[in-house]
Amino acid sequence: MQKLRWATAAVAAVLTASAAQAQETIKIGMTQPLTGPVAASGNYVANGAKIAVDVINANGGVLGKKLELILEDNKSNPKEAVNAVEKLILRDKVPLLIGAWSSTYTLAIMPKLIEYKVPLIVETSSSGKITTSGNPWVFRISPTSEMEAKAFLAKYDSFQPSIKKIDFLSVNNDWGRGSAEEFSKYLKTKGVEIGSVQFMTPDATDLSAQLTAIKQSGGDTLFITTGVEQMTLALKQAAELKLPQRIITTGGSFPDQLIANPGPKEMSSYHLLFFSPWFPDKAKYPDIAKVYVDEWTKRKLEFPGLTEGFRGYDAVLTAVEAIKIAGKAEPEALREALWKTRLPAVNGDIAFIKEGPAGAESGQNQPNIYIVLLNQGKVTMPLP
Amino acid sequence: MNGVMLGSTYALLGIGLTLVFGIMRIVNFTHGEFYALGAYMAYLFVAQLGVNFFAAILLATAIGMIVGAALEFFILRRLKTTDIDSVMLLMIGLWIAMQNTEQLIWGGVAKLIPSPFAQQPLVFGPVSVSPLKVFVLVTAIVLLIAFHLLINHTRLGLAMRSTFQDRDVASLMGVNVGTIYMATFALGSGLAAVAGALLGPIFLVSPTMGDLASLKAFAIVILGGLGSTVGATIGGFVLALVEEFGSGYVSADFRDAFSFLVIVAVLILRPQGLFAPKERVG
Repeated sequence: MQKLRWATAAVAAVLTASAAQAQETIKIGMTQPLTGPVAASGNYVANGAKIAVDVINANGGVLGKKLELILEDNKSNPKEAVNAVEKLILRDKVPLLIGAWSSTYTLAIMPKLIEYKVPLIVETSSSGKITTSGNPWVFRISPTSEMEAKAFLAKYDSFQPSIKKIDFLSVNNDWGRGSAEEFSKYLKTKGVEIGSVQFMTPDATDLSAQLTAIKQSGGDTLFITTGVEQMTLALKQAAELKLPQRIITTGGSFPDQLIANPGPKEMSSYHLLFFSPWFPDKAKYPDIAKVYVDEWTKRKLEFPGLTEGFRGYDAVLTAVEAIKIAGKAEPEALREALWKTRLPAVNGDIAFIKEGPAGAESGQNQPNIYIVLLNQGKVTMPLP
Repeated sequence: MNGVMLGSTYALLGIGLTLVFGIMRIVNFTHGEFYALGAYMAYLFVAQLGVNFFAAILLATAIGMIVGAALEFFILRRLKTTDIDSVMLLMIGLWIAMQNTEQLIWGGVAKLIPSPFAQQPLVFGPVSVSPLKVFVLVTAIVLLIAFHLLINHTRLGLAMRSTFQDRDVASLMGVNVGTIYMATFALGSGLAAVAGALLGPIFLVSPTMGDLASLKAFAIVILGGLGSTVGATIGGFVLALVEEFGSGYVSADFRDAFSFLVIVAVLILRPQGLFAPKERVG
């Protein structure tokens, strides 16, 4: 009998010890497309988040505990995104989520946030619907397509020769369609004509039919909105077809593979970015940007990936600030805290303003936007 | 032009699949993965090891054939059942295993294969095309011709055709059915690999690239008739041209829908496919 009691005590001791150990970390859940057609971007964002967690932990963690990032692949698929989020909430019991890259995946997981009452920091998705559908658990640090279009309008006069007729090549989803609509709407205010508007499925590799139609439209500027992989293909194929249009990509992705493998010599493209690692001094807080860029380079990650990695980095910084304000890692407390969160980050200041129907507003940040020019593997910032 | 280039590689894909199905009665779900394997081998040799581009395509094809032969010898041959369902399950398992292996080694991020051809497109009047695409088209057509000669004018081809018509009789006539099976699977896999190695530099290389290729290959085989290599060749071109013209003249949103509409039409009007070969029944 005595022996049994000892054994029970020992087991209990071990259990408490392991429970105490488990409590020493604060978990953050993240879902990204780590495989599939938009995997490049998802991996960049995930790497940015990992770096932020390491930086935070090296500086003593948060609330005296280590931060732990639990990363789930959503396989570039909205159904898988929902699975990933259910696993993160139910099995890993994370009090806060970051994700899910594409607007389509983010929109797919949003009902789950209401169901389980867990806040989500949206790091990339730009469809307007995300913050206007009345989901009070959504806090977006990335710009909406409308914000991008507005910011672009401010640079409209810098383009020479000026933009008179535009065409669109967009991925056929919430993001691509939303972006084409917003850019048309804002550029029309400058009297710009709309030419050919073409869509492509997210996994399409041969875009010659769409590009041929665009070539014949007589436009002077083509906006491309899609993930890095398809963007790279579109730029290569546009150069092959000798498209006369000036090309501008939206959404903050950068075709990094074209730096090492540049196409024909007249191939050049403008890219709308939210962080430009080639010019960290142009960031609002160069010190913060520098820590991020240094850690990224230290890990020998692809340099252009920095353009998207910052999304994960900033999302984790935002989460940490909210945890500090809340003083605990519980979903409802974090949701309250996110409204009070104000911090300097790689992109600039992060703070949430209310969007959407009254009583169920979502949080939306107003980020900074940069335009770079890629020509023959060289990146410049030609616009004032 | 683009349609013809795509068609020639679709035809290579289709022939490989139809061959394996026709002769071995195996629904080869790994076919698309051999396509991806070919592309990844081309990436490995060209971008990672710095091998000459043309040599890399040959090597990629050879590796596709070797892996195909090994798969037949070590796995399919050991399988004592000829039950189509369990073979199908096995092939699905292998498909997932191959895809995940690629992902483990090269990661989920798509890769670009550098090509030695000039980046400057060739211009013929209103049409401009990259030299790489011309190379792919010419190579694919040469391979298609070589393959038809192999099937119709060599002893191996004769043995393959006879195994297709009646396995038992062929075996009685002195055909080593085991060897034919291995050769068939190796050839089929090699054709998928060469298609992957050729298209890899035009598009991007990613672990899931095989899925769409598999789907297209099955569509081509159904279109052309199961087991017919001529059917698969023509099916490949028809599919690619329907896709190109459909998306060019109607709407690119429904690109993949056009090809499947054609297949539905073929299945309704001529369910055995356009060029189904004759075979002994009973």
